[in-house]
Amino acid sequence: MTSATPAPATSSTRRPARTLRAGPLAAALTAALLLALTAAVSLGSVDIPPGEVWAVIARRLTGRTPEPGTRDLIVWQLRLPRALLAAVVGAGLGLVGTAVQAIVRNPLADPYLLGISSGASLGAVAAVVLGTTLGLDLTFGSALGLTVSLAAFTGALAAFALVWLIARRGGGFAPLRLVLAGIGIAQFLGGLTSYLVLQTRDEQQTRGVLFWLMGSLGGAVWAQLALPAAAVALALALLQARARGLNALLMGDETAAGLGIDVTRLRREVFVVTSLLTGVLVAVSGAIGFVGLMVPHVCRLLVGGDHRRLLPLSALTGAVLLVVVDTAARTALDGQELPIGVVTAVLGAPTLLYLLDRRLEPK
Amino acid sequence: MRIAVEDLSVTLAGRRVVAGVHLVAEDGEIAGLVGPNGSGKSSLLRTVYRHLRPSAGRVLLAGRDVAALRPAQSARHIAALPQERGGDFELSVREVVAMGRTPYKGAFAADDAEDHRITAEALARVGMAAAADRRFAQLSGGERQRVLLARALAQQPDVLVLDEPTNHLDVRHQVELLALLREQRRTTLVALHDLNAAASVCDRLHVLHDGALVASGAPREVLTAELLAEVFGVRAAVVEHPLTGDPLIAFDHRTPAGQGA
Repeated sequence: MTSATPAPATSSTRRPARTLRAGPLAAALTAALLLALTAAVSLGSVDIPPGEVWAVIARRLTGRTPEPGTRDLIVWQLRLPRALLAAVVGAGLGLVGTAVQAIVRNPLADPYLLGISSGASLGAVAAVVLGTTLGLDLTFGSALGLTVSLAAFTGALAAFALVWLIARRGGGFAPLRLVLAGIGIAQFLGGLTSYLVLQTRDEQQTRGVLFWLMGSLGGAVWAQLALPAAAVALALALLQARARGLNALLMGDETAAGLGIDVTRLRREVFVVTSLLTGVLVAVSGAIGFVGLMVPHVCRLLVGGDHRRLLPLSALTGAVLLVVVDTAARTALDGQELPIGVVTAVLGAPTLLYLLDRRLEPK
Repeated sequence: MRIAVEDLSVTLAGRRVVAGVHLVAEDGEIAGLVGPNGSGKSSLLRTVYRHLRPSAGRVLLAGRDVAALRPAQSARHIAALPQERGGDFELSVREVVAMGRTPYKGAFAADDAEDHRITAEALARVGMAAAADRRFAQLSGGERQRVLLARALAQQPDVLVLDEPTNHLDVRHQVELLALLREQRRTTLVALHDLNAAASVCDRLHVLHDGALVASGAPREVLTAELLAEVFGVRAAVVEHPLTGDPLIAFDHRTPAGQGA
């Protein structure tokens, strides 16, 4: 067979399967992340030179008394926690997007496909509407804002439980069943959320509701960072340990079973990990769209489909992307902040269309 | 390594698709599974590579029940080439073949030099070494099938399980793939639609009909005009192949079984 086989046809339209080495790319992305974070803290209604930014951070990190004045306040209390939250949320969304696309074997899946975010939105919106009706201050970052986060996470868990109960029946977490269960639950909960939105009576309520529906990193405080950061790190470790299994799933369930993967168990585990992480992320930032869809595609184009490289690079790329997008959302218009969901959608939709187009090209 | 299927039954959605099948593939033997569509071939094979659980009976690998082994353990002995084709996720040919190493690797273990060597060897074995860096999704049907066979070989199995490996291949690629199977001299369980291919490649044939085993034996003994009429519902004459001496089935494509002479 070897000798009788002609050399495979080559043509200039065929890209090599992998264009970049993962190591140098990871280093470059880490550098890009540091640059993006510096820029994010430096730019805003008051620009602070990068040198000053790092001076303030160095002062804080070495435990010296912070210089009194607005710079320390702007850098340390306002912009740095927000930039870091953007990085953490972006990393998480990139990671979840990659893993969810693998378990449902569909490159058009995203972290919100399985219904989790619609549960979070419902929980948060219910808390906002109920809370402001009772005359409470629910702006993000306040103590009661944390209550709303908790309500969002509770909603996410409830949605997860519903999808779980439906998806586990009939063969156990088959991809199509998982997707349909997720979409069904998302539609149902979305309907309830829409009803609640109609019940909002004043501008404050509407603003609070929009925050959750479109996503925002505004009002980030240090106290909110630890939990999502730990959740992202833990999820990365758990998913990375299953990277070979995720690779095998791409080829099909039977192939994966033949490679010694317990397919139902793997899919169940990854569904739990991604759902809980999505719940945590949405609870701190609302449902920021398109990041989890775009990042896996961009990373696959860069380093190919192997999850052992793809998962950490998706996290890094997601982090860089969301820091940059959030900075753009803050600074694009003078005196007004664009909702980050608007920016990711405006950037993301054309990217999605381009990717669809590319997939339809004759091979 | 000998593989035996003992009194195996498979029930899917309440329907019994495999019913009490006994069959054996001796060490180094190519055992062919033939039968009409829906006769239970694929379901039987899926139980052997543990995609399905038997509702009754066992699969014995060198005398040991595979259900007692961890999935990764049995995957070191049994490699499968199912009919599915995989999605387009930017995997390279080399990455697909390297997946064959999965049952040997722990959670965080990287591929070592040995894995790279085995992967390269498997690719060379199927004549696809030059395509290692190409995208799997861009290959032709024949190339894909050879790469997937290389993936199974990289698993270094004692038993190969193949479900219609020649589907969608042109005649030449069919011949090449089957020749490669014979060269392997590995215990092989293969479901084949093409009865003439099965007759010339397999040491023994097992005929399934409605989930039950209706005949087993050397191709010459099993493939008779009566069996073809009864099980497959076709009129055919079995003659000797002028080149190879294997049984050659000449189908009557004009007359359905039960009509005419």
